[in-house]
Amino acid sequence: MIRDITIGQYYPANSILHRTDPRVKLVGTLMFIVSLFLFDTFYGYLMVTLFLASVIKMSKVPFRFIVRGLKAVIVLLLFTVTFNLFLTQGEILWQWGFLKITYEGLRLAGFMAIRLTFLILGSSLMTFTTTPNQLTDGLEKLLRPLNHIKVPVHEIAMMMSIALRFIPILLEETDKIMKAQMARGADFESGGILKRAKSLIPLLVPLFVSAFRRANDLAMAMEARCYRGGNGRTKMKPLKYSKNDYLAYTVLFLYIALVITIRILENHF
Amino acid sequence: MQIVFDNVNYIYSPGTAYERHALKNISFSIEKGEFIGLIGHTGSGKSTLIQHMNGLMKATSGHIYFNGADINAQDYKLKELRSKVGLVFQYPEHQLFETTVFKDVCFGPSNLGLDKLEIELRAYEALKMVGIGDDLLDASPFELSGGQKRRVAIAGVLAMKPEVLILDEPTAGLDPRGRDDILDQIKKLHEESDITIILVSHSMEDVAKYVDRIFVMNQGELIFNHTAKEVFSRISELEEIHLAAPQVTYVMKGLKDAGFSVPLDVTTVEEAKNVILKLLKT
Ligand SMILES: Nc1ncnc2c1ncn2[C@@H]1O[C@H](COP(=O)(O)OP(=O)(O)O)[C@@H](O)[C@H]1O
Ligand SMILES: [Mg+2]
Repeated sequence: MIRDITIGQYYPANSILHRTDPRVKLVGTLMFIVSLFLFDTFYGYLMVTLFLASVIKMSKVPFRFIVRGLKAVIVLLLFTVTFNLFLTQGEILWQWGFLKITYEGLRLAGFMAIRLTFLILGSSLMTFTTTPNQLTDGLEKLLRPLNHIKVPVHEIAMMMSIALRFIPILLEETDKIMKAQMARGADFESGGILKRAKSLIPLLVPLFVSAFRRANDLAMAMEARCYRGGNGRTKMKPLKYSKNDYLAYTVLFLYIALVITIRILENHF
Repeated sequence: MQIVFDNVNYIYSPGTAYERHALKNISFSIEKGEFIGLIGHTGSGKSTLIQHMNGLMKATSGHIYFNGADINAQDYKLKELRSKVGLVFQYPEHQLFETTVFKDVCFGPSNLGLDKLEIELRAYEALKMVGIGDDLLDASPFELSGGQKRRVAIAGVLAMKPEVLILDEPTAGLDPRGRDDILDQIKKLHEESDITIILVSHSMEDVAKYVDRIFVMNQGELIFNHTAKEVFSRISELEEIHLAAPQVTYVMKGLKDAGFSVPLDVTTVEEAKNVILKLLKT
């Protein structure tokens, strides 16, 4: 039940995208998101769609699996679309009382829906093809320059990777405790709000106890291995760019250059 | 027949890279009052199988019957099933949450909608049954020892007075003393009432000593469903799937190979003692 959440999950497969350096993917995702907001014409979106579609194809992650991530944000999506649809001023197409749909509203709602969908597809594609460890390694390396202005980059990356690692563990634990209490007749699904909130106690107390126990164990294990933060710490698998990564960077820069060119051309003609 | 599995299959996360066929065409039946041992390696599907028995997991295909009724039928009352088929998960102490031991054990029966007196009576009885004394009733469950916590958690299920009690590796992580205590209490419970017990374990010694019938799982398949003696006399087949027979069975095999005429289906130390004494006398 609770395991259906796929956002932030890793999907093991053997694809070029999985083998690409995490820094490239981080930078690429950022560029993709920027490119989404550079456009408001049909041809622009055609281009972004083509780019996203080919990257999804390369990732070898089943499309069904990627789309599942959208379920979690469907409410947000509907909200945005509704607001844009009804609250934009302009040439009126349809009116009923104070509700009106304008040509501009329709256009904006459509583009907003596409932008949000693409944004989620694009960023979940990054987590599908990158393990949490690679992700934090990449981030640490990318942000390293901030060390000079006294930002504790290593510590932040370490916290992030631990937090990411704990998400599936806690989900699994929740599932287990829920089942154990259901076996004792607990009911998490029926009753009013108050009853339901109360029924969560048998789930939340053991969950917190177990989270603290795990955190404690982890701290102990790290200390027993002499972990003392980032100073002088080396990596077992240091990140190193390969020829493919440089190629990927080139493609990314070409893509963003093309996007910007189209944008400029559209504005002038 | 109390529990019947008819060609049950279960597949985790079908259609993804995590797909796993965890139960393959499982069929068996269990009579009321039996003591069944379920053994198999980690990952062989034991926990998956037992969660089907009280409807916590739904079979991908196949049918499961409890007292003659199909538990996956539309109008079947799963909550009632869960009070009749008590399931104690692995490391059950992780489910404790109340402020006192006694209150925690009351949680199960109070979910059945009984009156207060009955609830407390059942909780009290259940704690007695697992050997938790009166002095611990008001203690916080979090300050007990590992073995005590485990027993409180088992009492939490027993207090629902189930017709079937399923225990998933109840002795995992306990010292030998705590292990024997718990198993002896389970055995006693079985002798004193007509409860059906299913004990999941990967220790052959535990299983051989207590159970009537053994189910052996291997990679999602049920490959043996026989008495303990029959299963353990087939040492070579067990070894093929990297399971072992109890140590005394190997002693008997050694004696036989050395030319003594002893039976191979000896599974407990007590039986072995008698056989060897008899051998010495003749
Ligand atoms: N929630 C789950 N999702 C996916 N696969 C699982 C899940 N739980 C168990 N499995 C897999 O199913 C198989 C059987 O697991 P399980 O029933 O826990 O075995 P056992 O209790 O005998 O150790 C294992 O291969 C395990 O990896
Ligand atoms: Mg198990």
